[in-house]
Amino acid sequence: MKSVLIRGGRVVDAGGERAADVAVEDGRIAAVVADGSEPSADVVLDAGGCVVAPGLVDLHAHLRQPGREEAETVETGARAAALGGFTCVLAMPNTDPPVDSAGVAREVLELGRDACCEVHTSAAITVGRQGAQLTPMAELAALGVRFFTDDGNGVQDGRLMRRALEYARGLGVTLAQHCEDAVLAAGGAMHEGAWSSRLGLPGQPAEAEELMVMRDIALARLTGGRVHFQHLSTRRSVDLVAAAKAEGLPVSCEATPHHFTLTDESCASYDPAFKVNPPLRPADDVAAVRAGLAGGVIDCIATDHAPHPQEDKEQPFDQAPPGMLGLETALALALTHLGLPIVDLLALLSWRPAALLGVGDRHGGPIEAGRPANLSVIDPAATWTVDPSALASRSRNTPYAGMTLTGRVRHTLLAGEPVVVDGEAQR
Amino acid sequence: MKHLLGIEGLGRDDIEHLLDLTDSFVEVSRRRVPKVPALQGRTVTWLFYEDSTRTRLSFEQAAKRLSADTLSFSVSSSAVNKGESLRDTVETIEAMGVDAIVVRHRSAGVPHQITKWVSGSVINAGDGWHEHPTQALLDCYTMREHLGGIDGLRIAVVGDVKHSRVARSDAWAFTELGAEVTLVAPPTLLPPSLDGWPVAVSHDLDAVLPKVDVVYLLRMQRERMTEALVPSLREYTARYGLTRSRVDLLGDKAIVMHPGPMNRGIEIAADVADLPRSVVTDQVRNGVAVRMAVLFELLGSGGER
Repeated sequence: MKSVLIRGGRVVDAGGERAADVAVEDGRIAAVVADGSEPSADVVLDAGGCVVAPGLVDLHAHLRQPGREEAETVETGARAAALGGFTCVLAMPNTDPPVDSAGVAREVLELGRDACCEVHTSAAITVGRQGAQLTPMAELAALGVRFFTDDGNGVQDGRLMRRALEYARGLGVTLAQHCEDAVLAAGGAMHEGAWSSRLGLPGQPAEAEELMVMRDIALARLTGGRVHFQHLSTRRSVDLVAAAKAEGLPVSCEATPHHFTLTDESCASYDPAFKVNPPLRPADDVAAVRAGLAGGVIDCIATDHAPHPQEDKEQPFDQAPPGMLGLETALALALTHLGLPIVDLLALLSWRPAALLGVGDRHGGPIEAGRPANLSVIDPAATWTVDPSALASRSRNTPYAGMTLTGRVRHTLLAGEPVVVDGEAQR
Repeated sequence: MKHLLGIEGLGRDDIEHLLDLTDSFVEVSRRRVPKVPALQGRTVTWLFYEDSTRTRLSFEQAAKRLSADTLSFSVSSSAVNKGESLRDTVETIEAMGVDAIVVRHRSAGVPHQITKWVSGSVINAGDGWHEHPTQALLDCYTMREHLGGIDGLRIAVVGDVKHSRVARSDAWAFTELGAEVTLVAPPTLLPPSLDGWPVAVSHDLDAVLPKVDVVYLLRMQRERMTEALVPSLREYTARYGLTRSRVDLLGDKAIVMHPGPMNRGIEIAADVADLPRSVVTDQVRNGVAVRMAVLFELLGSGGER
């Protein structure tokens, strides 16, 4: 394995920041040297003007394989992730067939073995994501599955969710919940409010999300099971989780870049690129999500990267599938729109999600000798314009087409190997 | 004006211009040979993804009176039923050389989406719950014809506003032209939010009727009951139906309008529909002239009338 020297950057991890070169050998960090070192490595990567950070970790990516390979594969999704600075992604189980058995989980993990980033898979809570019968959670946990979710569907049945939480507690795993009361949200193509009323589109009320957040907080209290709330999007959801945390309940949560950058007004274009679940919300909710990220209530940024083929996204708004790309734009959106110090951003994108997923031994830093070299070299000042056709994802459904963002990944190292060099994927 | 996608966003001048243009086409319609060569050589096509008789016939009549060539696209017998996408269908039609596509679709926003894929004009003939701009224009024209103008009129729009593209287009058009609009419906049949709508709201039809110049009734659809929006059609009619006794609450000159097709006995009593103050057939008649005006405005620059 070639040795690598990351030269001239500013090293940032949970411990703070310092100017230093990072030497990598045999997949691990060999040395972090404050003074300009001799470029004696096989590969020297320029990090001038850049932040050298622990690799980013995404708890929410739809890699679509098996079953929807025309939208994305583990390979293309992982490449997009690496280009976005991620060294570890958690794949969602709503594939076809879904990840509800050890066989499918093994397939996804196998597909991820040679990918551009470390690929973990979550598994469904219920067989077929049908909300009726528990998946073999112990067998799946034995394969390394740490997160269980019926993502795309919330578990509607309160009794079943209670049992799942109790069972999960015994395994030490987390249930990640897509909070959406299916009956209350039925037919809703966007957030219900002033814009849906005006546009004549069926809406889903914020309460469809909030009621399930509320219920699952109660069930976490009842069972002691760990709940991770996916893609929180409303002010009251954030407030509910804040109160649950203050109470000491075992809950965590994430927010997506689109829920801190876009509002429901975007749907006025009737462009299905802006259709997503939970839907884009009004400005007050967006402000609350930002405040939750800045104030620590929201543990991490997760992309909810959801590729869809162009023909699916060219359907009428109310018929098009929800979801948008996220892996290649998440970091830049956070840098451009959140206005947080880089160390706080990296907490949201790297070490906090790494700890939640239980991969803190390899991801999320600290950047010091002996640690696995999963690193992201970020140029925080680079500006670029989002060009859908230039994305590595197999799909093109980004809502940010044509938008100019600040901040871009220059290099990504996965277990010591440069998988992205100067913004180009190496495998 | 390149497309007509909705009334929202049009200014008072735009709407009045189209209504003034309609005057000249009403005159054409009265001639012994009600046809002008204004759109000779132009092709208009209908793309109706939802059943419609009156709107489609009205557009067809309008196009023919302007001497446009017309292509009719029947969705039920087309490739759409074989899974062809909206975009492929539209691009196929476009490739045959059409100047305007008149589209109706059960999904809001489809006319907007289509504009990205065609070079010709797109006319919205009704998209989901969103807009039905030519209906609003013919409603305005009919009011102007019967009441002299729209500025200062008090108009009640009664019924299922929530699911009504007609109500949305009418609300924008009537208020833009200076009318005071009151939406009258149970809260379940109103849009979830009326933020930014320049309208008043009432749940009491009897209290509103004495104060209005126009009562505009919306079609009540039977499936609304299964969605728990109203307990029964009987109860709806009891509270919001324009019965013969309620008509007596109206002022002498007040008119009754309905976009059709009417559910006699539900939102409008049969004998009310046939009163002289009911102008429903005038609405239909004016629909042709209004659509001639719209087609001429979008396609006819340089044509002679």
